[in-house]
Amino acid sequence: MIGMHKRNIKRAKSVLLAILFTFGLMGNLFAQEHEVAPTTENHSEEHHEAGKLDIKGEIFGHISDSYDWHLFSLGEGHEATHVSVPLPVILINPTNGVNVFLSSAFEHGHTPAHGYELYVENGKQKIRAQDDSTFYDISITKNVLCLFLSIIILWFLLTGVAKKYKKNGANVAPTGFQNAIEPIIGFIQDNVAKPNLGKTYAKYMPLLLTLFFFIWVNNLLGLLPFGFNLTGNIAVTLVLALIFFVVMLVNSNKNFWGHIFNPPGVPLGIKFILVPIEILSNLIIKPIALAIRLFANIFAGHTIILSIIMLIFIFSGLSKVAGIAFIPVSVGFSIFMFFLELLVAAIQAFIFTNLTAVFIGQAIEEHHHDDSHEKDHH
Amino acid sequence: MELLLPGFGLFFWTLIALLFVIFLLKKFAWKPILEALNERESNIADSIASAEKMKSEMASMKSENENLLNQAREERSLLLKEAKETKDKIINEAKEEAKEEANKIMLESRQQIEMQKNAAIIDVKNQIGSLVIEVSEKVLRKELANKSEQNDYISKLANEIKLN
Repeated sequence: MIGMHKRNIKRAKSVLLAILFTFGLMGNLFAQEHEVAPTTENHSEEHHEAGKLDIKGEIFGHISDSYDWHLFSLGEGHEATHVSVPLPVILINPTNGVNVFLSSAFEHGHTPAHGYELYVENGKQKIRAQDDSTFYDISITKNVLCLFLSIIILWFLLTGVAKKYKKNGANVAPTGFQNAIEPIIGFIQDNVAKPNLGKTYAKYMPLLLTLFFFIWVNNLLGLLPFGFNLTGNIAVTLVLALIFFVVMLVNSNKNFWGHIFNPPGVPLGIKFILVPIEILSNLIIKPIALAIRLFANIFAGHTIILSIIMLIFIFSGLSKVAGIAFIPVSVGFSIFMFFLELLVAAIQAFIFTNLTAVFIGQAIEEHHHDDSHEKDHH
Repeated sequence: MELLLPGFGLFFWTLIALLFVIFLLKKFAWKPILEALNERESNIADSIASAEKMKSEMASMKSENENLLNQAREERSLLLKEAKETKDKIINEAKEEAKEEANKIMLESRQQIEMQKNAAIIDVKNQIGSLVIEVSEKVLRKELANKSEQNDYISKLANEIKLN
């Protein structure tokens, strides 16, 4: 397992550097907990077999949400030192009240805290109440942290650009990030909003731009080796789709509803078949497809990259030589996948934004089909 | 299947955060950015339109200038032509006048010459006549003795005068 040691140390260094430089603020915030966090113990019941790597657990541990921000592990099996940043756990229980504490209180699932215990299932951390009571879990998990981080990045990036526009006015050549943002805004305005939304496109521009930049930034954050996987999480993509759905419903006109419940120019018998299909496709499939498309693409990308990396350890499990020999192949593949994912990050953001525009456009469309139907009648 | 079940906590935070982000970014980022971009777009469109207008104005001005220039050229050539005609006319008139004057002078001088010639001839005739008379007197005085000779001579003289 030389490869893994090397990798871990290398990775630990780069991760530490990145953390020190990028998240200096975050580091200060959790500095107190750092002292508690690096404890020597085995991670979970599923990792216990020394020398044997739990591939599924490893991959899902990276992709799934968790209650602490696991940075890296030193050593193997029982002697492994896990360095992770504990995150706040917030549990609202209708009977027991609200509990707020740091996830380090669980000591990686070894001790129950405040009447709750942490356990791992399929590489995913879960919390259950010891008295089996129902509760609402709104903990600041790894993905919620990523969410806040991405929002901070978006906020400073975009308000910074906005300030420049305010300061320089419209007729000064753009500088810095303005140059990066401006063509994207122009692209979304001219190729996404205008063709799909028609005259009222300006009303939806803030929504479309926010969706695009939020998805894009989070797709890119997901590629960094911090284990973030926000847009590859169904909860997040569902919220994005829900926002689109509400906007579509609020702005839809009677033309849209007429087409669903009373398709014009269709015989009565067919209507009984068509109406359920229309309801299904417009009100259920559209938002669900949006959510699943984004989630599945990003999730799959992460899984493939992690699997390719894991191949090294699968082969080194067979023999050390095979493991070392497979490193260049695996690294080559993962570099290729990373480039592909960079592309996918932008493409999926664009597709989500574009489909949002298309679907809203269909809901706010005025008398487009009616003309052709009337012609048919004559 | 586990993966397809959305976690409540993440759903909750994402919903709240995204709603805030959409409204805050709309107010503080997209509004100024989009306003500035649209302003620039209309500015560029206006500039292009005004440039186009200027161009056509320039073109019309140019053709106007060309017209003016052509007019000026025509006028100039016309003026030149007129001046040449006037010059020729003046020269011709002067020549004509000079010719007439010269003819007049010539005529007058010829008449004068003729008159003086006639006067001179008359004078010579008179002198010859008186000389003839003088000579004849002298001859007569000398020859009167001879009567026949005298008659011959007189007839001879008379013949001579007739011939003259």
